[in-house]
Amino acid sequence: MSTVSKTGFISARRFLFWSGIVALCAWVLVPIYLVTLGALGGRTGAYQWPKTFLPTNVSLQPFILFLKTEGVLQSFLNSLGAAGITVALSLALGAPAGYALARYNFRGKDSYRLLVLLTRAFPLAILALPLTISYIRFGLYDTVLGVGLIHTVLALPFAALVTQGIFLGVPRELEEAAWVFGCTRIQAFFKIVAPLALPGLVATAVFAFVISWNEVFAASVLTVRERTLTAYLLTVLSESPMHYRFAGGLLLILPSVVFIFAVRRYLFAIWGVSSK
Amino acid sequence: MANIVIDNIKKSFGAFQALKGVSLTINDGEFVSLLGPSGCGKTTLLRIIAGLETATSGDIRIGERSVIGLPPKDRGLAMVFQNYAVFPHMTVFENVAFGLRMQKADEARVKKQVEKAAGLLHIEPYLDRYPNKLSGGQRQRVAVARALAVEPGVLLMDEPLSNLDALLRLEMRTELKTVLQEAGTTTIYVTHDQTEAMGLSDRIAVVHDGRIEQVGTPVEVYNHPATRFVGSFIGNPPMNFITMPVNNGQVAVGAQTFAVPAKGSEIVLGLRGETVERTSTGQGLDIQVRVAEPMGPHLLLTGSILGQPARVILPATEAVKNGEIVGLKLDASRLTWLSPESGVSYPVAA
Repeated sequence: MSTVSKTGFISARRFLFWSGIVALCAWVLVPIYLVTLGALGGRTGAYQWPKTFLPTNVSLQPFILFLKTEGVLQSFLNSLGAAGITVALSLALGAPAGYALARYNFRGKDSYRLLVLLTRAFPLAILALPLTISYIRFGLYDTVLGVGLIHTVLALPFAALVTQGIFLGVPRELEEAAWVFGCTRIQAFFKIVAPLALPGLVATAVFAFVISWNEVFAASVLTVRERTLTAYLLTVLSESPMHYRFAGGLLLILPSVVFIFAVRRYLFAIWGVSSK
Repeated sequence: MANIVIDNIKKSFGAFQALKGVSLTINDGEFVSLLGPSGCGKTTLLRIIAGLETATSGDIRIGERSVIGLPPKDRGLAMVFQNYAVFPHMTVFENVAFGLRMQKADEARVKKQVEKAAGLLHIEPYLDRYPNKLSGGQRQRVAVARALAVEPGVLLMDEPLSNLDALLRLEMRTELKTVLQEAGTTTIYVTHDQTEAMGLSDRIAVVHDGRIEQVGTPVEVYNHPATRFVGSFIGNPPMNFITMPVNNGQVAVGAQTFAVPAKGSEIVLGLRGETVERTSTGQGLDIQVRVAEPMGPHLLLTGSILGQPARVILPATEAVKNGEIVGLKLDASRLTWLSPESGVSYPVAA
């Protein structure tokens, strides 16, 4: 009797566990799947009713057609460029700041931390006009670099604060041991701290990438021809046929998914606490 | 190999004075323990020697060369950390080889030195493993091997055994002593564990409240503590301190009299619990026994002498009942006399 109820209990648990997983996966995957269907189904697929869940009449043709549309490929590359600049700069500037916050005690440390966050308290909309004027003056207006810079500003506070937590997670004694055994401070950082902090740094990079990739307001305001993908799609999609909109959506989703998939190992590692 | 001169080192953290002028000379090849309760400044002193902390004032010379201002890597020393600080992303081999690699030693030397150090610490079977697959004791060995592999002039150890369980600690203690004797390295060993300090050291420096209270061989420090603190910190049970009246420079204890160097009318007797012999009451110092505990190797008596709390140890063969009064014969050569005001002991031969 008892064994029966026990196995019943276990199978109920397993059932709950797996149905939870299925629900979570469906939550993410079904919309992506539908967008993909819409993007690949062409005009007929997009307007077909009732909708079918099966991939009938699917071909890459409509999507490729969309890619060939004037400006799509260019804006895709612009987006990649801006995101690349954002990732590089926010790590290059944010990680040292995070390291300083984690390892050194200095006057005004707490205010500094608060100040870093406060930069996000200004709504971008307020800054739009002065920013545009400054950008025109500096010759940054309508350039990928300009968009990358403003995205860096958005991502930098998080980069600094997240990397602070990551560097705090690397025991100080490891670094001290490296100094004692012949490393300069810089060597110790690259030989000991950086490898141990790598998962966290990668996660920070993903975060910066996603912030830049999804950002639309600044990108729309600061560019005219050198649109990023989000800014481009925002302007053209409202006048486009349905399957073009799906294709645009798919193109927006894909890089984030691929990027996160590529670095998922490091993301898991940071949750499992990298250094211990 | 090198000697170390610590010259009037002071260290303040804001208004707090962690070290109040510490001086100590450690000879080449000597093993010196810095022993003291937590917060006494012993780890701070070690970190200053290592270069991980800067002294507020004072000088440190390693092998006649002042190392103040030098980064840790240029001081010619190695260190074993309390939490081992074994690099988790390197194999045991690479951990042990780390110092040699930083010295740009050639591959043959690295291999030779690592194998030698690994052999000393019995970690050869784990050389290919990563530290997260090792137990605490094994990691400890890796940390020691890493320090010995560079054949440092000076080895610093910061409570290296405190994270091990009791049995393993005892085992590692014995092994450390063997290994370090073989290596002949000048060693400074920080600990709060008096048995470690007693067992391992050539000399012990007892640190208290930012000062060195006494430096001496374990036997000296144990038998003739320089201050009341040293006597009470070292030894289990701690030294008994009994205030006694002085008449004409003499203290009378039953049938025994002792000439003492005291000026005033009172003196404090520092009495190690195991230095007494049983005698009939009234013949020596009488202890009013409150509790008698047979400990196996000996009999521990807790009670009072002249109304002051005391613990003494008698051979296990003695039979004492709770509440009994027992006479204790004192051994003049093993007594310590201290000033009641300052708590400092009078010189032994006086």
